[in-house]
Amino acid sequence: MTATQPPAAGLIPAAEPPAADGPGPAATTRPSRTLLRFVGKKILITAALLFGVTILTFLLVQAVPGDPANTNLSETAQQNPEIVAAYRAKWGLDRPLPMQYLTYLNNLIHGNLGTSQSTGDSVLADLKKYVPATLELAIPAMILSLLISVGLGLWAAVRKDRAADHTIRGAALVGLSTPSFWLAIVVLYVFFYLLGVAPNGGRLSTQLTPPRQVTGMYTIDALLQGRPIAFRDALWHLMLPVLVLTALTVSILIRFVRSAMLEVLDQDYIKAAYAKGLPRWTVLRRHVLRAGLVQVVTVAGLAFASLLSGTVLIEQIYSWPGIGQYAYRAALNLDLPAIMGVGLFVALVYTVVNLLIDILYGIIDPRIRVS
Amino acid sequence: MSTPTNAPQIAPDVMAEALPARRLFGLRPGAPRPERRRSGRRRHARGLTVVAIGILACWAIVAIAAPLLAPHDPLAQSGPYYAPPSGAHWLGTDQLGRDILTRILYGARLSLPLAVVIVALALLIGGTLGLVAGYLGRWVDEVLMRLTDLVFAFPPIILAMVVTAAFGPSARNAVLALVLVSWPTYARVVRSAVLSIRSSDFLSASRLLGVGPWRALWRDVVPNSVGPSVVLASLELGNAVLMLASLSFLGLGPRPPAPEWGAMIAAGSNDLSKWWVSIIPGIAILTVVLAFNLLGDAVRDWLDPRSRSRR
Repeated sequence: MTATQPPAAGLIPAAEPPAADGPGPAATTRPSRTLLRFVGKKILITAALLFGVTILTFLLVQAVPGDPANTNLSETAQQNPEIVAAYRAKWGLDRPLPMQYLTYLNNLIHGNLGTSQSTGDSVLADLKKYVPATLELAIPAMILSLLISVGLGLWAAVRKDRAADHTIRGAALVGLSTPSFWLAIVVLYVFFYLLGVAPNGGRLSTQLTPPRQVTGMYTIDALLQGRPIAFRDALWHLMLPVLVLTALTVSILIRFVRSAMLEVLDQDYIKAAYAKGLPRWTVLRRHVLRAGLVQVVTVAGLAFASLLSGTVLIEQIYSWPGIGQYAYRAALNLDLPAIMGVGLFVALVYTVVNLLIDILYGIIDPRIRVS
Repeated sequence: MSTPTNAPQIAPDVMAEALPARRLFGLRPGAPRPERRRSGRRRHARGLTVVAIGILACWAIVAIAAPLLAPHDPLAQSGPYYAPPSGAHWLGTDQLGRDILTRILYGARLSLPLAVVIVALALLIGGTLGLVAGYLGRWVDEVLMRLTDLVFAFPPIILAMVVTAAFGPSARNAVLALVLVSWPTYARVVRSAVLSIRSSDFLSASRLLGVGPWRALWRDVVPNSVGPSVVLASLELGNAVLMLASLSFLGLGPRPPAPEWGAMIAAGSNDLSKWWVSIIPGIAILTVVLAFNLLGDAVRDWLDPRSRSRR
């Protein structure tokens, strides 16, 4: 497809003069239709996938050994077959599996994810409480790790097989081999216990009252409410977990960025740009970085997965009340509704993010839409 | 469908680079062989591979000979609670007075074999399904590939966590959960290898010569799809150790008295003044995973000459 596409695309606008009265040249309306079709197809695929995800989680709950009537009824109630039957009828447990699935799906659509056995609240309310805390970690970590990995990856690619390349790749390999939860402990030990420059964990020092919930992210809420001290304190508490998450994600990303950049550096137009006498920095900025970034977009999905997995393990160490810690406590207490809720939520976010990245990629690189 | 972000989670560069089996084994007669460079860098890389093999050999010996090497009983109290590293307990003792060195040595008996089992099972299951999907095509392919999409809809550790928590924490369930989250990568890799072989000229030639489909499957398709899956498997070993340790850190691995490295780190994580309880077992994980990763890179370079020129 790549062999025939570029010349054809190049010929059409040249052969057809733009319509005088139209809003723009004819060439712009054609790709937008393919783009719409591309986006529509992607959305359909994602919707089907999410539907599959609900079936998977439903079956997983079914496969769990143990009868809900036994775990939720008292022992005397279990002795009475009438109560058990009434309980089953009430929750629809006496109906066939497909009917039960429909009930489950109906509940999901109405935002009913069940009640957490450990917190006693509805899983949805719990998620609303814990998700902003995780976002407050994940968003800065995502931005930082994309910036750092693009910088270091480009540097390593330019200095291929030199000392800088070896150092960067070596560090990335070590980072990739480090257990995230262990790194979190080491960093906490050094910066809190030994040096005393970082807090022990949590989102805010105990003497401060948390800002009123607007976004749920303490830094932003504190700024909105004009509380600079709370803002600085929240930022201070973010430091270590964001550092660890960023370090881990950067070490995963560098490889991909580096090989994407190497591929670009190998192209003829880069050689042409150098041959033309353009300064090195201009070539890197205007040609290499721009072309390489297209591929880096796909890496963002990978970064996101890494961040989500990372927070599950790291929040526990920094006593960060996000979905990671919620999932961890749910797993320890075998709190199934909560675990399933987190699983569904994370799958939803993850597939939607991947959908957005696919679409973005299709917008940046028109060749993708056609294939 | 091969959207760029769908497949890769674990080792996308393997997919990108190790897939075309024809090139992998130089099956295209006209393909130019990459120049063999014997630069300082390659020798450097070879040195690292030797170091990696050395580290893994040491750990393998430790795993086999743990009862002979370990100074104490891994499950019994052998000193005071939380004794710092000393002559009696080189790496200190944990919250129950158990010798940490002993537990780390015995831990190798869990982590190494379990990681190998995870990778072997995932390779077997994923490889077979990928072979079936690629060779039969049509609805079988469609169903199997949608299944892989489904698994890829979750970040791996989250799905593994959900599954282990649902079925109850134990070593067996942790292994099964990790197999469940990792087979799709193998299935995809093997499937694309099979697809590229199926469309190759030499397979049409053998069909013209009267070789039946089953014979072709065993003689041509299977051997040619082994390479990419071996590369993937070797790169995944380190990941398996890490994921297993992560699950046990969350309390979802082998049951408590077992000396699992991840669980040992968790045991010391709430009291930083007893740094040795957490930090030392992590170094054990780090060395094993690093060695596996170095070895995986070496296997890839060895089986896929194309990656050499790029790296």
